[in-house]
Amino acid sequence: MPVNAANDDPDKARRFRDAALPYLDDVYTLARYLLRDANDAEDAVQECFLRALKHFDSYRGPAMKPWLFAILRNVCHAEYARRASAPTADIDDVAESAGQTPLWSEAPDTPETQLLRGADASTIRRLVNALAEPFKETFVLREIQNLSYREIAGVAEVPVGTVMSRLARARAMLRSAWLAEQEPPK
Amino acid sequence: MTCDEAEILLHALIDGELDAGHAREVEAHIATCPACAGKLAAYRQMSRQIAEADLRFTAPPRLRLRIEAALPQPQIQAPSRRAVLRGFAMGSAVSAIAATGLVAIVLRSDDEARIKSEIVSAHLRSLQAGHLTDVLSTDQHTVKPWFNGKLDVAPPVIDLTAQGFTLIGGRLDYVDARAIGAIVYRRRLHVINLFVTQTASTEPRAAKTETFQGFNIRSWSEGGLNYWAVSDLAADELAEFTDKFGIAAKSSAAG
Repeated sequence: MPVNAANDDPDKARRFRDAALPYLDDVYTLARYLLRDANDAEDAVQECFLRALKHFDSYRGPAMKPWLFAILRNVCHAEYARRASAPTADIDDVAESAGQTPLWSEAPDTPETQLLRGADASTIRRLVNALAEPFKETFVLREIQNLSYREIAGVAEVPVGTVMSRLARARAMLRSAWLAEQEPPK
Repeated sequence: MTCDEAEILLHALIDGELDAGHAREVEAHIATCPACAGKLAAYRQMSRQIAEADLRFTAPPRLRLRIEAALPQPQIQAPSRRAVLRGFAMGSAVSAIAATGLVAIVLRSDDEARIKSEIVSAHLRSLQAGHLTDVLSTDQHTVKPWFNGKLDVAPPVIDLTAQGFTLIGGRLDYVDARAIGAIVYRRRLHVINLFVTQTASTEPRAAKTETFQGFNIRSWSEGGLNYWAVSDLAADELAEFTDKFGIAAKSSAAG
């Protein structure tokens, strides 16, 4: 019996296809938020699935979806490194210290409990995309991909407490931006 | 508990990530702190709005094909996947020419089993959240044009709501690494996927029902198209569906 049945093992490819391809839309969605550009997202997703296939023999967990996300995240980091000269924020370059100036500050006369008016999906997508990393990533994994805190911690390789504080910050920023959107400054 | 602590923990409360003890503590704080209670309500409302909006993206079909193409293809076991597909498209032609010989017939039943298993896999995939439809509409005049340019066939999309089968939308699916149209119907809580693909034969083939992995599959050919209706519906109800579809398809073709 061949111990090392190479990557061209059709049976392995078939098992991989059945296990991983149902998550294609999930992986593509995450890539669109992490990379913004549709073409870059496609390339990253393809690379992600090829890497996943390569490591499929040693895959023991976590669940398939967070496993693919972790791989995609690494692919996206490589992509950021590749275009390091481009004027795009690196995925981790925003400091999380409390002293950091927030991108949006709550308008002083806005009650914190003011309700949001409904917004269409494209507006919400734009607001989410405007979030700085790593807050956006945490937010998308939680609110759009429905991962648990523990799964997010595994994907982002940070402790659960960091996930919690990033998520709180992400939601606060999103809410401020959303409120600002519905009441443009005079 | 201080407001600073509560501010972080209320998110975990919204997400159902707190154990009972911590949840009670946060709730106790919120009961006595209007500011935090207001925040909780506000963030709950935001999460609800986000959950209701469709913020996901759908991978373009070409991306799926690119990935499929990059995966190793089975080569041994005689026919390549593509050859199998051709054989499958030719299937009813092969059976029409009854005396094609044992080898062809063995190959054909082999292909049929493979296709059946892929059809059932596609059905199972579609039942996962968010995968059922690419175009969500009960209007056949919305679903039918949606397939334009996505497939090399124009699948007949027929509203059977009056006959007890509600049209809920359409989807692009993949069987044997090939795009295939799926029209999605619902009967009570049961989903029916009707897969449609081209066949080389124009010879109609009468419907037959088979069972695979607990699902009923009813397949037939008509007007140069192969059909597979897959559902967990009982066989007689699935037969009723295909009969009504057939009658409606004929009358819409005639009208």
